[in-house]
Parts: sequence; C-alpha cells; structure tokens
Amino acid sequence: MIAVLRLVIKEPTGLFGLVLVTFIVCSALFAAVLAPYDPVALNITDRLQSPSLSHLLGTDQLGRDLFSRVLYGGQVALGVALTAIGIALVCGIVLGMLAGFGPKWLDKAILLFFDTIRSFPTVMFALATVALVGPSLQTVIAVIIVTTIPTYGRVVRTQTLSIKSNEFIKAEQVMGAKTARILIMHILPNIFGPLMILASMDIPTVIALEAGLSFLGMGVKPPTPSWGSILNDGFSLIRVTPWPIIAGSIPLILITLGFTYLGESLRDFVDPKLRKNF
Amino acid sequence: MLLYIAKRTALGVIIVLLAVALLFCMIHLIPGDPARILLGPRATPELIAAMSARLGLDLPFPVQIMRFFANLLRGDLGMDVITNRPVVEIVVGQLPYTLWLIFLAILFAGLIGIPLGCYSALHRNTLFDRISGFVSVSFITTPSFVVALYALLIFAVALKWFPAVGAGDRGDFLDQAVHLVLPVFSIGLAWIGYLARLVRASMLEVMEESHIRTARAFGLAERRIIYHYALKLAILPTVSVIGVGMGFLLSSALLTEIVFARPGIGKLIYDSVITRNYPVVMGSVLVSTVLFVVSTTVSDLINAWLDPRTRATL
Repeated sequence: MIAVLRLVIKEPTGLFGLVLVTFIVCSALFAAVLAPYDPVALNITDRLQSPSLSHLLGTDQLGRDLFSRVLYGGQVALGVALTAIGIALVCGIVLGMLAGFGPKWLDKAILLFFDTIRSFPTVMFALATVALVGPSLQTVIAVIIVTTIPTYGRVVRTQTLSIKSNEFIKAEQVMGAKTARILIMHILPNIFGPLMILASMDIPTVIALEAGLSFLGMGVKPPTPSWGSILNDGFSLIRVTPWPIIAGSIPLILITLGFTYLGESLRDFVDPKLRKNF
Repeated sequence: MLLYIAKRTALGVIIVLLAVALLFCMIHLIPGDPARILLGPRATPELIAAMSARLGLDLPFPVQIMRFFANLLRGDLGMDVITNRPVVEIVVGQLPYTLWLIFLAILFAGLIGIPLGCYSALHRNTLFDRISGFVSVSFITTPSFVVALYALLIFAVALKWFPAVGAGDRGDFLDQAVHLVLPVFSIGLAWIGYLARLVRASMLEVMEESHIRTARAFGLAERRIIYHYALKLAILPTVSVIGVGMGFLLSSALLTEIVFARPGIGKLIYDSVITRNYPVVMGSVLVSTVLFVVSTTVSDLINAWLDPRTRATL
C-alpha cells in the first residue's frame, strides 16, 4: 500500500490528484467541525450575500451559508459514489464470474443482459425511473448501481476467462477443488487490482451523475445540501448572483479532476504499458 | 463481412427489443400505479379506473405487452395524456433539435480536438504537450451541465453576447445559429479533450509503425507522411468512440437543453417527467435508446469494415 502511494506521488499529476482527493474527502468527513454554520439553517436577513469573512462563499436565497452547504454536500456526493460503486462491484463480480465460469448459455444470457442495460443513455434511464418511483437519493443510487454493473461484470468475465485457462486452475480442478474455492481463492485475488482501478476511475463519473440528477431536482430532497442542488439554486438565481453556481461547481470540478488523475496514476502503476501513450 | 453485418444487426435488434421489454416491465413491476401517479394524490378511484382503462392498464400483463409491441411495429407509441396528440408526432418534432445539437458539438470538438491531439503527438513531452494534456483532462472531467451553467452565466447573463434561452425563430437561420453557439460549446468542450487525447495516443502508435518508417526511408516529406499516411489512420478510433459515446452525448444534451431551455428530446423527457406524462416519457426514452443502439451498431460495422480482425469477435 505504501509502495503504491510512493509511486503515485512520484508523478506530479498523481500527487496533484491525491492532494485534491484528500483535501475534499477530509473537508466532507470533518464537515461538522469545519462548517461555520448549520447548512440548513435559514437566515432571511442575510440572504444572497457575496463572499465575505463571515460567509466565505456567500449565502443563498434563504440566507443559508454556502460554504457550509458545500462541505456537507461533499458527504452526499462521496456517500452516494461509494455506496453505489461498492454494491455495483459486488454484483458485477458475481455476474461476471458466473458468465466466465458457468455454462456457455449463461454466459451469452448475461452478456445480452449487460448489453441491454448499457443501451439506455444513463440520464434518460434515470429520469424514466424517477418518473415511476419519484425522486430520492435511493433512486439515484439504484440507477447508478444498475447502469454500472455491466462495466464491472464485463471486466470480471474477461479476466475470469483468461485466468480459467491457466494450468494452476486446471491442477486445482484435477485435485478435486470445488468451483467456489477456485473462484474465491484464485480468481478473485487476481481480478481485484484491475477492478479497484476501474472503480476509482468511475468515482468522478458517478459523482457527476449524482450532481446532474440533483441539479434536475431528481436526487436529494431539499433542504439536504448537495452540490447538484446548490447548482440548481444557482441556476434559478443566475440573473441575481453568480455565487451559488461558483460555490457548487468548484468542489465538483476539483473532485472529478482529482479522482481522474489519481485513477490514472494507479492504472499506470498496475499496467505500465499504458503509460507510454497517455 | 456480410455475415458479420447480419449478425451485428440482429444483435442490435435483439437489444432494442429487450430494452423495450425491460422498460415496459419496469412500469409494471415497480410498485405504484402509473394512472395514480399521473392523476396525482387527489384523484378519485373512478378517475383512476377511467385513466387505467384509457391507458390499457386494466388488461392482463401478457395482453398489455403484446399490444404494446404490436403498436410499436405500426410505429404507434401511444397518446400524450395531456394534449392527446400521438407521442410519435411529438418525439419526431423534437428530435431534429437534439440531433443538430449533437452533430454540431462533435463537429466543433473534432475541428479543435483532432489538430490539438495531432500537434501534441508530434511535439511530444514539450511544454505545449503537457499543457494541452492538462487542459484536455480538465475539459473531460468537468460535467457538461457545469460548463453550460458557466457559459450561460458569462456569455449570456453577464456579457449578453449570446441569447440565454430557446432555439431561435423558426425559419430565421442566423437566429437559430446564434442560439446554438453556447449549447454546442457546452457539449463539445469535453469532447475536445477526449478527441485530443485519443488522437494523440493513436498518432503516437501509428508513427512508430513500420509503414511510416518505410515512407521515411523512401525520403518522403515529413508533412506528407504526417497528413497523408499517419493522421488518416490515427483518426480511425474516433469513429468508434463517437458511436459508443452517443449515450453520453444524449445525456449531456438533456442537461444542456434544460440549462438553455432549448427544445429537444432531453427537454421533452424532463418536462414529461415533471408533468408525470408517462406515455411521453416512455416514448422519448425509447427513441433515444434506439438512437444509441443504432449508433453503436453502425460504429461497430464501420470498425469491422476498416479492421477485419474485429469481425471474428462476434
């Protein structure tokens, strides 16, 4: 782990990514300590203020402190991303292994299922789901899980297929090892590295998706702060003040940039061949 | 090749059918009655029953799905429950706006991104290459609706250079073009970065291949080698990336259309979700899904035509 970190920070972009991610993750984790105000407390007399020493990023139309809302919004963004990607990973691993190790018809069926899921443009699929079950953070998480399973599933399947044909797996089978043992003891550890990299590179996409859906009013319910809902407030106030848009977009841009650079340097670490071109 | 075309097209059709079936099942398996959702919390049971009958929701599930597919084959996507117009008519009316937006965004991104990537590859590891790499990644990671919000804020609200809302007067070409500038910019920006990095990577790969070395050995001018031999090959991967990226493009078009209050299929879906007009939601999601599947199929076919090795994978 420390060796990985050392390699990541050797590249300037890797270090840059790591610093950005650490910065935003810490600010979200310690939001309760760092936030100067209650993120949902109304203060109508101080509404629509520009940044000042008492309100670092100004206030919104209800007088809520934008800096505090941005800090708490980070909890929503990271919470959604980690939950959704975690569950999607587990489902992807199970389905991908089934496809790779199971009978041929099952493989075909699972691949077709993946292709079908991937044929929906994500945001439109999310809106169709919201139209049926109503907006909530759970709906957003569910949509993200369903739409990202195929990505992980496909990688797991390909890796399983290539490891399956190795001699040591055949030897295990000859010695009478059960399929479950082979999958858990031999295949899983071998696919774990690439999957983690894929997952870390997916975090920015998922955070942007959550923000986009909350921006459309399809995600978190008010008054819960989320970067997307802050941007939505900013959109309706665009002719009055630029600050909510600036406040909501800065952390969003920083975290997606940070995770992308971090993910790329991790990828370079695992597969140095890719470094040559990118 | 013919076999591949047949197989790939068949796969595309199967995927569309499955996607439609999945969408249809979603309506029925998810708890909650569409008629009730549509009419809101204060609807009487009689009203709900009447609406269910109108939408055909009171029939048994297998009958409903057969009916739905039969109607689909005739090009009938049902009726808009609010205006009582056919859904197909509404969707087809909105589609050109979105298609133009996406097409122009890709064109804009290609015109800047491809030369940028090519230049970076030829001046590898220079300051220019490093800066362009950093800028490209920043463009890729910034969500398109954030770009759209800033474009709206800076160029429409603060500087008033471009109009903020709508698609311009029908028939007035210049007005429509002016209304397209900011939305096209918002969607295209990420693709500039994407195409630049893609072309740079594939250009570096192509330049190391033996036919380029041979061309050099023959003493061809460097310019000719680059533009005539290398670049032609290096922009091939963009074809498949754009095909697969259609889903992303449609998603960012949706958000951009809402920011700029532009007509289009994305805004249609959003508005229908808000008014709970679920036949329109289903119809327009379906049409965008078909669009996405068609574009991935076409890009796979083009790829197979250009690179026969990929034909064996299906």
